[in-house]
Amino acid sequence: MTAMSVPGDDASQPSRRRTRALLAKLAPLGFLFALVVAFSLLNPNFLDPDNLFNVMRQVSITGLIALGMTFVILTGGIDLSVGSILALAGITAAIVAKGGTAGSLSLDEGAQAGAPWYAALATALAVGALCGGAQGIAITRLKVPPFVATLGGLSAFRGLTLWVSGAAPISGFDPSVLWWGQGTIGPVPAPVILFLVAAVVCHVILSQTRYGRQIYAVGGNQEAAHLVGIANDRIVVSVYVIVGALAGLAGFILMGRLNTAEAIAGNGYELTVIAAVVIGGTSLFGGSGSVAGTMIGAVLIGVMVNGLVLMNVSSYIQQVIVGLMIVAAVAFDRFVASLRE
Amino acid sequence: MDANGYRLVAENLTKRYFGAVALVDVSLTIRAGGIHGLLGENGAGKSTLLKIISGVHRPDSGRVLWEGQPVEIWSPRAAGALGIAMIHQELNLVQDLSVAENVFIRREPTTRLGLIDWSALRRMTRELLDRAGIDLDPRALVRELSIAEQQMVEIARALSTNARLLIMDEPTSSLPERESNRLLELMTTLGKSGISILFVTHRMAEALAVCDRFTVLRDGRLAGVAARAEVSAERLISMMAGREANVLYKRSSKSHTIGAVRLAVEDIRTHPIRGRRGAQVRGVSLSVHAGEILGLAGLVGAGRSELARAIFGADRRVSGRILLDGEPVDIRTPRDAMRLGVVLAPEDRKRQSLFPNLGVRANFAMAALDRFSRFAWMQKGTEARELDRFRLALRIRMSGADQPARRLSGGNQQKVILARWLVRKPKVLIVDEPTRGVDVAAKSEVHTLLDQLAAEGVAVIVISSELPELMSIADRIVTLREGVVTGETPGPEATSEGLMTLMTLGA
Repeated sequence: MTAMSVPGDDASQPSRRRTRALLAKLAPLGFLFALVVAFSLLNPNFLDPDNLFNVMRQVSITGLIALGMTFVILTGGIDLSVGSILALAGITAAIVAKGGTAGSLSLDEGAQAGAPWYAALATALAVGALCGGAQGIAITRLKVPPFVATLGGLSAFRGLTLWVSGAAPISGFDPSVLWWGQGTIGPVPAPVILFLVAAVVCHVILSQTRYGRQIYAVGGNQEAAHLVGIANDRIVVSVYVIVGALAGLAGFILMGRLNTAEAIAGNGYELTVIAAVVIGGTSLFGGSGSVAGTMIGAVLIGVMVNGLVLMNVSSYIQQVIVGLMIVAAVAFDRFVASLRE
Repeated sequence: MDANGYRLVAENLTKRYFGAVALVDVSLTIRAGGIHGLLGENGAGKSTLLKIISGVHRPDSGRVLWEGQPVEIWSPRAAGALGIAMIHQELNLVQDLSVAENVFIRREPTTRLGLIDWSALRRMTRELLDRAGIDLDPRALVRELSIAEQQMVEIARALSTNARLLIMDEPTSSLPERESNRLLELMTTLGKSGISILFVTHRMAEALAVCDRFTVLRDGRLAGVAARAEVSAERLISMMAGREANVLYKRSSKSHTIGAVRLAVEDIRTHPIRGRRGAQVRGVSLSVHAGEILGLAGLVGAGRSELARAIFGADRRVSGRILLDGEPVDIRTPRDAMRLGVVLAPEDRKRQSLFPNLGVRANFAMAALDRFSRFAWMQKGTEARELDRFRLALRIRMSGADQPARRLSGGNQQKVILARWLVRKPKVLIVDEPTRGVDVAAKSEVHTLLDQLAAEGVAVIVISSELPELMSIADRIVTLREGVVTGETPGPEATSEGLMTLMTLGA
C-alpha cells in the first residue's frame, strides 16, 4: 500500500453497497413477516386456515391484475383503468353467459341457458385485451402520456359498463362459471391456484424470454432500446394488452365469486394494484422490478387489510393506511436509489 | 475597470477534474468594452474557462481580478452580482411569458398592493431595449420569437442587472446566417457602448469579423493571444491546431488491405432536430471500403452524429440513397440496418447505449437477442459464454456477469457496448466518439480493436472530435462543416491544421 491508496475505497464499498441493496430487497418480505407475527399475536383467528384462504382469495383478484401492472410499470408506464376494465369485462362476460341482450337480463335471477363458460371467459379476456390495446395505441401512436390515456380509460370504460348494463347487476350463473370464483382444487381455492399459475408464467416471461428482456430494455432506457433495434411501440402496446386481459380474467373470477356482475365492480382497484407493484419494489420509473416482489406486495396489502378487519378497524381507516403505504413504499424506493449513487 | 483598461484579468488558472487536467496555467485579459474571441478545438478547455469565470466551477489555483479588485467567484449568483452574465446555449427563458416578464423575472416592479405594475414593467423594458438597440416588442411572447431574438431577450435581461461582461458560448451555432448577422450586429453595438463580450465561436469568418482580440486555447493550455490586426484565419487555425500534433497513437498494423466499396451513401439529408443545436445533414455523399477505417471530422454542429444516425435508420431522412456492396438497401429503422449488418455505437453512452440497472450480460446481449434466444427463450448459457469470450478479448473488467452496468468504469462500459455490436459480426461498424470519457489505457485498446476489425475486413467509420486520434487510426478522413462534406484527406497526409481549415473554413 502506498500513500496513494484511499482507505475504504476499493474493497469495502461494493460489499457494503451489496448489503444495502440486499436489505432493500428483503425489506418488504421482512415487513410482511412482521405483520403476520403481529396479527397472529393480536388475534388468534388470523392464522386460522379458513381465514388465510380467505385472504389469499381476495389477494388473488387484485394480484392477477398486479402481475400485468408489473409489466406496465417496468416499461415506465402506468394503468389507472384496470378497475373499469374489470367491470366492463365482467358485464360483457355475464351477458354472454346469460345468452341475451343487456336490457332483458338485468333483473333476471334464474340461471338461463346462455353460452358455455369458456365462451364467457374468452369474452372477458378479449374485452380486457381490447381495452388495453386501445390505450396502448393512444399512448404510442397519439403520444398521450400513459397517466392521461388510462385516466381517460378509467372513466370511459366505467361509463361503457354502466351503459351496457343499464347500471343493473346481472346475477345467477351456471356452476361452471361460479367455479372460477368459488371452486377449490383440493383445499385450495381456484382463484388462488390461477393467481399462482399466472405468477409463475409471468415470472418466467420476464426472466427467461426475449420478450421479457425487451420489457426491461424499454423501461431502462427507451432511446438505447430504440438504438438496439427494439420496436418500443410494439412492446408498450403489448404490456397494456396483457394487463387488460388479466383485468378481464379478474373480472370473470370476481363475477364467479359473487355470482353477480355489476357495473361498480373493481372500483378503486387501480390503487391496490399499483400499491402492490410499488410496495413489491418495482420502480415507477421503469426498468427494474420483479414478479416475486409484486407477489409479496399483493400479499402484504391483503394481510394488512385482513388484519385490520379482524381488529375491527374502520374500512375508512384501512383506505388511509393503504394510501400511506404507497407513499411510504415509493419514498423508500427513492431512498434506496439515493444510496446507490 | 483597472488602471490598464482591463475589466477582467484571470491569471494562471488551473483546474483538474478527478485527476484529469482540464486547464493549465491559463490567463485571460478582457478589456472594458469590445468583443473578445475565445477559440479552440473541442476539448481545448474553453468550457472549463467559461465555467470558472461564470462561477460554476472554482479554479484549483490562479486568481481573478474584476475591475482591478481580486475576487472570488463562488457561484453563478456571485458572478451575476459582480456584473458577469452568461448567455446560455440552452436558453433560460419562460416560453409562455412576454419579453418584458422574462427580462424582469422575479424583479417585476409592483404596485402598492403588491401586484405587478404592468405599465411600469413595459416602460422599463422599452427603455432598456431602446438603450441597447434591440428591436423587440416588450409584449411579444417569447415562444413566438426566433432563436436570435430569444438570445437578445437574454442579453436584455443581463443588461438589466447591470452586467458589464457578457459570456456568449457559441450563440450563433444554431442560427441561420441572417439571424446570426442580426445578433452579431447587436454584439458589436454593445461592445462599442462599453460592454465587454467574451465570445466563443467555431465560425472563423464571424470571429474575424467582430472580435477585437483573441485568446486561443489548445489542450487546456494557452496557445496564443492576439489582437485582430495581428492575425489571419490561417494564423488562428495554426494556433488552435498546434504546429505539430503530438501523435499519441500508432496503428498497430497498416498491413490490412482495403477491399471494394462496402457502404456508399448518396445525398443524405436530414430534418433539423430541435434541441440539437441545428445540426443537420445537408446532402452528404461518401463511401467506405471493406477493411478501411474512415474518419469523420467536424466541429460541434457539423452533423457527424446526425449523419451516422441517418445511415443507421435512427432518425428519418429527408432524402438519400444507401448502397451496401453496390446494392441499394432500404434502411428505415435500426432493425433494418442491423439485419443488413450495419451497426452504430452512438456517442452518448449513458443516454443512448447503456441500460444502467441491467447487468453486464443483459447489456451485452441486447442488440443480438435474436441470436441469443431459441423460440423466444433466452439461452443464458450461450450469452455467458460469448460474454466471457469478449471479456477476455477486450479485457473487460467486471465483478460478474450480473453486475449492474452503471457500476463499470467508462472504459469498460464502452467495451461492453462495442462487444454488444461486435457479437453481431457487422459488415459496417460506425462508432461515434468511441473513446470519449475513457481512460488512456482503454483508449489505446479501443484503437487496437478497431484496427483489428478493419484487418478482418469490416468497414469502420469513426467519428471523433480528437483530431490526433483520427489522424492516427483512419485510412481516410472526411471533414464535415455545417452538414456538408468539405474535404477528404488520406490519413497519412492529414495534419491538424489542414483538417481544422477544412472544418472551419471549408465549403
